[in-house]
Amino acid sequence: MKTMTMVAAINNALDLALERDPDVCIFGEDVGVMGGVFRATDGLQQKHGVERVFDTPLAEAAIVGMGIGMGLAGLKPVAEIQFAGFLYPALDQILSHLGRYRHRTRSRYHLPMVVRAPYGGGVHTPEQHADSPEAILAHTPGVKVVIPSTPGDAKGLLLAAIADPDPVFFFESIKLYRSTKEEVPEDYYTLPIGKARVVTQGDDVTVICYGGMVEVAQKAAEAARNAGIGVEIIDLRTLVPLDLDTVLASVEKTGRAVIVTEAPRTAGFHSEIAANIAEEAIDFLQAPIVRVTGFDAPYPPFTAIEDVYRPNPLRVAKAIKKVMSH
Amino acid sequence: MARKSSTVTSTKDAVQGRESTETPAAFQAAEAAYNQAEASGELFQILAPDGTVVRPDLLPPAETRLHLYRQMRRARQFDERGWVLYRQGRLGVFPPFGGMEASQCGTAAALTKNDWLFPTYRDTGAALTLGLPIARTLAYWRTSPHGWAMPADLKVLPFYIPIATQYPQAVGAALAEKRQGTQNVAMAFIGDGGSSEGDFHEALNFAGALNAPCIFILQNNGWAISVPTTTQTKATNLSKRADGYGIPGVRVDGNDVLATWHVTDQAVKRARNNEGPTLIETVTYRVKAHTVADDPSRYRTEDEAKKWLEKDPVTRLEQHLLKEGILTEESHAALLKEVAEEFEAALTEADAYPDPTPAEILDHVFAEPTPQLLKQRAELLEEQA
Repeated sequence: MKTMTMVAAINNALDLALERDPDVCIFGEDVGVMGGVFRATDGLQQKHGVERVFDTPLAEAAIVGMGIGMGLAGLKPVAEIQFAGFLYPALDQILSHLGRYRHRTRSRYHLPMVVRAPYGGGVHTPEQHADSPEAILAHTPGVKVVIPSTPGDAKGLLLAAIADPDPVFFFESIKLYRSTKEEVPEDYYTLPIGKARVVTQGDDVTVICYGGMVEVAQKAAEAARNAGIGVEIIDLRTLVPLDLDTVLASVEKTGRAVIVTEAPRTAGFHSEIAANIAEEAIDFLQAPIVRVTGFDAPYPPFTAIEDVYRPNPLRVAKAIKKVMSH
Repeated sequence: MARKSSTVTSTKDAVQGRESTETPAAFQAAEAAYNQAEASGELFQILAPDGTVVRPDLLPPAETRLHLYRQMRRARQFDERGWVLYRQGRLGVFPPFGGMEASQCGTAAALTKNDWLFPTYRDTGAALTLGLPIARTLAYWRTSPHGWAMPADLKVLPFYIPIATQYPQAVGAALAEKRQGTQNVAMAFIGDGGSSEGDFHEALNFAGALNAPCIFILQNNGWAISVPTTTQTKATNLSKRADGYGIPGVRVDGNDVLATWHVTDQAVKRARNNEGPTLIETVTYRVKAHTVADDPSRYRTEDEAKKWLEKDPVTRLEQHLLKEGILTEESHAALLKEVAEEFEAALTEADAYPDPTPAEILDHVFAEPTPQLLKQRAELLEEQA
């Protein structure tokens, strides 16, 4: 065991994956010599060579498109998109091809590709560096979506994503890269994709969240606990496949659900969770489901008011109070 | 570690059943020939439209010429029968490619079965040439999943419907082959309209920067549905776009199969020799409609198409082969009969493919279906019961 930040755990996972499987290769903008703008690939090129960890020209569509070709031809590509907000030029490759290769070749081909992208706000980045586009990916058939919230989860889930025979989007909260530390096993291990984590147990209200919002929910839960409210936090860990069983079991126990994401409100993944709860567990609900989200506006890069857009513990605590007082 | 067999392909195999007579001198002669043609504003040709030989020094062996002719005839048979089958309601939407056989068959014939082919929806001729079974190809255009199940011994992808997206993918496949120590290459097709897409430019740049063994075929066939090349771009020589990416670009008469084959063969050899990618512009014409659902009379005159029929790639080589005695009237008739029979047998095979069942919609999304897919399957089966 070694104390690691999330970015260190990711670096460790990539290192182990390269060591373990010669077909794994890592590429993207600045991932080589520089070791990534967040240093997630630090030292990997020096250790594993320029053939396996390499810088590409600057073009997101071609990074993903080239990765698709590499995956078709038997490699295990791990592409880095420098910020999730830069993912959009590659959406044609993702929606038109990455997600449907297995389907459109009846499994003659499949794409064991991972696309890593830092996402989300909370660290005062410039414009377009703080987007949370996970719902776009979750709405795309044929791709998996993973969003870890702890260093240990990040490592185990990333190694599982690389070992997965199908394409996986791996979103890494920029806020969590260095703000959390924990003991992480140094050896190779995987965590199952599609299994949520119960962060804290409680009997009164279920808070469903993932990635950067888990930390926010934990702070809100602490405040609620002081007020005598038992909060159960579910960290989804993966949006596709979704571990609905864990969500429903908790909501059936507590009778109340608050869903927290930092993505815009309309048609976000929070709405998917709410719809599923309404379909499957409405008889257990003692209050309307409440969503705490960003707004239907582009993420603001204004330091003074960034926290208004991105849910903070106070907003989550208010939502908990609201469902409790219904 | 499980490693794919790294098949190193000799140039001997570049066209099945053909002995290569290429020499470095011939290679240089070819380079000089394109340059000369470029300089005079003419297209590089080996055969003139009337079937006379304009570059006797570059004439491939008789066996190769015959092989290319057979491939073009197989493609034309598919194209002509495809149109009829559509009218009979036995084929779905079908994009005809008649008149572009030299552009497709000549280029694809330079590959072996170890190489990758990324065809657009109009490149049935190229796919057939590499060896995609006619029955599978018919099934694809019948919108049957049997047309999606690509044969395991071929590295040909299902026809690409989005424009130019296959270009960066071919770069990736080419790089992966190189990484795995093979000399296999990837070939991707596009039209003149596709060369306006960002993916086209990104792929050429990536291929050059990363030295991918990739051959980009740009079929300049005059029209992107109703938009002529002159509206598509101000550029008049699309092969020059390669210059911007530091890779060779060659412009060739796309209706002269000997020219398209020759140029592509050179590019494939360069790629196998780790000399990097090539862009080949084949100047040709889409004689028929965009698809069976299109009415070209809304945007172009019949005269234009007629002019191009005089440059027909199939009759061009046919005249040459008959004149040279490589084909006789009898052997030609026998070849046509064989090609027709091959098609009809494949049609019978395709007719026998069973229709998919509704639950097949949910197959092949992931290696393991998610809980959501399993639930949707159960719901679908219940509805269908």
